[in-house]
Amino acid sequence: MKISMTVNGKPVSAEVEARTLLVTFIRENLRLTGTHVGCDTSQCGACTIHLNGRAVKSCNILAMQAEGADIVTIEGLAKADGTLHPMQEAFREHHGLQCGFCTPGMVMSAVDLVKNHPNPSEETIRAELDGNLCRCTGYHNIVKAVKAASAKM
Amino acid sequence: MGDMNSIGVSVKRKEDYRFLTGAGTYTDDVTLPHQSYAAFVRSPHAHAKVKSIRKDKALKAPGVVAIFTGEDLAAAKVGGLPCGWLITDVNAQPMKEPAHPCMAQGKVCHIGDQVAVVIAETYDQARDAAELVEVDYEVLPAVVDVVSALKQGAPVIHDAAPGNSCYVWALGDKGAVDKAMAAAAHVTKLEFVNNRLIPNAIEPRAVNASYARHDESYTLYVANQNPHVERLLMTAFVLGLPEQKVRVIAPDVGGGFGSKIFLYAEDVVLTWASKQVNRPIKWTAERSESFMSDAHGRDHVTTAELALDKDGKFLAMRVRTAAAMGAYLSTFASSVPTILYATLLAGQYTTPAIYAEVTGVFTNTVPVDAYRGAGRPEATYVVERLVETAAREMKLDPAEIRRRNFIKTFPYQTPVALQYDIGDYEATLAEAMKIADVAGFPARRAEAAKRGKKRGLGYSCYIEACGLAPSSIAGALGARAGLFESGEVRVHPTGKVTVFTGSHSHGQGHETTFAQVVASRLGIPVDDVDVVHGDTGRIAFGMGTYGSRSLAVGGTAIVKALDKVVNKGKKIAAHLLEASDTDIEFKDGVFTVAGTDKAVPFGAVALTAYVPHNYPHDKLEPGLNEQAFYDPTNFTFPAGSHICEVEIDPDTGITKVVNFTAVDDFGNIVNPMIVEGQVHGGLTQGIGQALTEGCVYDKESGQLMTGSYLDYCMPRADDVPSYKVGTKVTACTHNPLGVKGCGEAGAIGSPPALINAITDALGIREIEMPATPERVWRAANSNKKA
Ligand code: FES
Ligand code: FES
Repeated sequence: MKISMTVNGKPVSAEVEARTLLVTFIRENLRLTGTHVGCDTSQCGACTIHLNGRAVKSCNILAMQAEGADIVTIEGLAKADGTLHPMQEAFREHHGLQCGFCTPGMVMSAVDLVKNHPNPSEETIRAELDGNLCRCTGYHNIVKAVKAASAKM
Repeated sequence: MGDMNSIGVSVKRKEDYRFLTGAGTYTDDVTLPHQSYAAFVRSPHAHAKVKSIRKDKALKAPGVVAIFTGEDLAAAKVGGLPCGWLITDVNAQPMKEPAHPCMAQGKVCHIGDQVAVVIAETYDQARDAAELVEVDYEVLPAVVDVVSALKQGAPVIHDAAPGNSCYVWALGDKGAVDKAMAAAAHVTKLEFVNNRLIPNAIEPRAVNASYARHDESYTLYVANQNPHVERLLMTAFVLGLPEQKVRVIAPDVGGGFGSKIFLYAEDVVLTWASKQVNRPIKWTAERSESFMSDAHGRDHVTTAELALDKDGKFLAMRVRTAAAMGAYLSTFASSVPTILYATLLAGQYTTPAIYAEVTGVFTNTVPVDAYRGAGRPEATYVVERLVETAAREMKLDPAEIRRRNFIKTFPYQTPVALQYDIGDYEATLAEAMKIADVAGFPARRAEAAKRGKKRGLGYSCYIEACGLAPSSIAGALGARAGLFESGEVRVHPTGKVTVFTGSHSHGQGHETTFAQVVASRLGIPVDDVDVVHGDTGRIAFGMGTYGSRSLAVGGTAIVKALDKVVNKGKKIAAHLLEASDTDIEFKDGVFTVAGTDKAVPFGAVALTAYVPHNYPHDKLEPGLNEQAFYDPTNFTFPAGSHICEVEIDPDTGITKVVNFTAVDDFGNIVNPMIVEGQVHGGLTQGIGQALTEGCVYDKESGQLMTGSYLDYCMPRADDVPSYKVGTKVTACTHNPLGVKGCGEAGAIGSPPALINAITDALGIREIEMPATPERVWRAANSNKKA
């Protein structure tokens, strides 16, 4: 079946199977491989993207459910000139990433978190990020980064 | 960087921009022209005979390219997976090494064991067709835990290993220990399980193998920590391919923690099959496959005793451990509960006599191998649980009993084969106690009690042996290969530098740390240095990254190559300055004639090395590209003190880690930000082991009960606190950087600190890991107090 949506500001359309997951569409059809897959039970959050301005796990919905949606992936977060979004910059500044695999999902979740909780406490950050697994950082510096970014967003 | 000397500076990571913008390239991100995809048919049984495999239905499914089974591998003479470490048992016999086929040869030995591979045009088609492969199993009785596996009459997993024993191995002076135990004023004895863990790097294992007919070569992209070792094992021992015809690339790798060190069956099968189908084949594990096919960690059952005199001085330690190997021997499995475990039982203490006996046991489970810390967390758990329990039994302060027994003079020869070069354990503990505000703990405990909560404090003073390894010692201990490292420094004509390292970064930030080392030595900006790793096609040789070895061993190889660069640079400078090369000094990026103002910058020397008009060809070759190998003379010995404070709600059994302090001695530190990050991550994995994580197999059916993130409880952001970390530095005495390694310390030190804190809070002697709310609640609400 044919689907169309806007991804990182550009209109895209493609022929996909009904069972194609949104994450598969993003990674395989659009070759936007910054969105990662870390599990098969919607538990890790590595696949988190923004759908109509909300953070969602793209492994958890079908591509066709995103028909007509406005999607932003990690590739679309920085400015066109390459300037990082304040959340990306804060992750860099505070060493909120190591292997980088959870990072795209973590950053996309964190951006949404700060939108919903403009000045989040450490407790709020930790509670709100509990849908995103990171095996490397121990979360310490991620929490610091989100806090720092919230002051700049 | 304004200041060229960036050693000790928290330089922001060079690799972060690509990771933060989605430009990182992990194995699954690589898609090749004419790509095909693989799915594995895996055993649903823990132990069974494979009577027949019918592939006709599956072969007819849409998109299927080929299906292979163990029979095909056998016909092609593809070998089994080798084990890299020979353990010799107490009777001087070699360990039992049952065959480890890449796909089942008539039998499966664990849930998830590979039975067949289906290759198709898409992942979905491969997976759909895999469901259609009909395997007729005759289910055999299974045994999943070490204690049952060693019992008389237990199902035998391999005919080659009667009684399921791989080896019984021992270290230390049994006679001296028995004598000291008999005469001691006090003996503390504990029995415990070191829980089985599943590493769970967030990037699943992945392989993309291809074959090029024009030059009969193979290229393998693989999520792996040591591509050269992968290639060596695969070409020389399994596939019998010419090594120069195989290129292994480990691109960006999303965490490893040990689980991506090993040569896995999927890597071999895809490489072999890529030639059969003459197409690139990609396989990426689904998470549920990772759970049942990535090598697991730990899984020990131990009885341990510590003998003390009346003043709390340690006299002797006796340890008996049964350690799971799983169904087959993974690449380094045999060395983990022996060489990497028993040798660490002295800990930070002067215990004069130690004896350890370890039985390696086959069970119908996923193979067990190195996982962050590998043997050393298990050893630290033994030592630090014993020490804390002994202190309580003898009514001694737990810090004081440690101080009374600390090693204070170096070098120190332990009774278990290692020689510690340096450390300052008292200073490390004192610093940790200060940061943790131990003095204020009684007041915090009293305040918590008013709120109906139970607070506890636990210590752990760990030591680890890193920097694997002095090859001659490793060889004497059974390693089938030396464990040195290579580094190459290529200075380009413009004075920019590419460094080729045999170490591999999968989160550790080598691209930054190594660049800092090089830039500081050459007096150039960090941005002028690029670090290349993870590609056998570009790097001469490497042993990879594990055991916190990269900077101590790989970094030293680079330093040795840098020394050669500087020496050659001096000769070129001498020529340019018309001086004798013995008079040339190099500092801050400038070559000068000693005692004069005659000088030439590094960049000019680099340019001269490549495009000279005037060059002393009779004395010197052009070019500025140097390579070095480094074989360490000893292990390094990072050590530290962890102090954990917990608050338990006795009504819910929920344990909150309210304070966690880690003060570590990693030797000199190149990038403090990166080092702290390593500690945070390690601590969280250790807290995971102690509090939330545990792999469970059903004893009856052998089924893996914790097969997804729904059942295997990974620590999440709200399960752990923010940490307080500090460092004390005693520089390593035997490498030029004075570094020791920091990657595993957090996971090594933290579990006993946490369990010591919980048992302190509840006033109990023991609690099993993971100390889940249920276990803690039961302990808090039973009357059996110690
Ligand atoms: S891949 Fe979507 S939650 Fe794990
Ligand atoms: S940075 Fe590796 S999983 Fe988060």
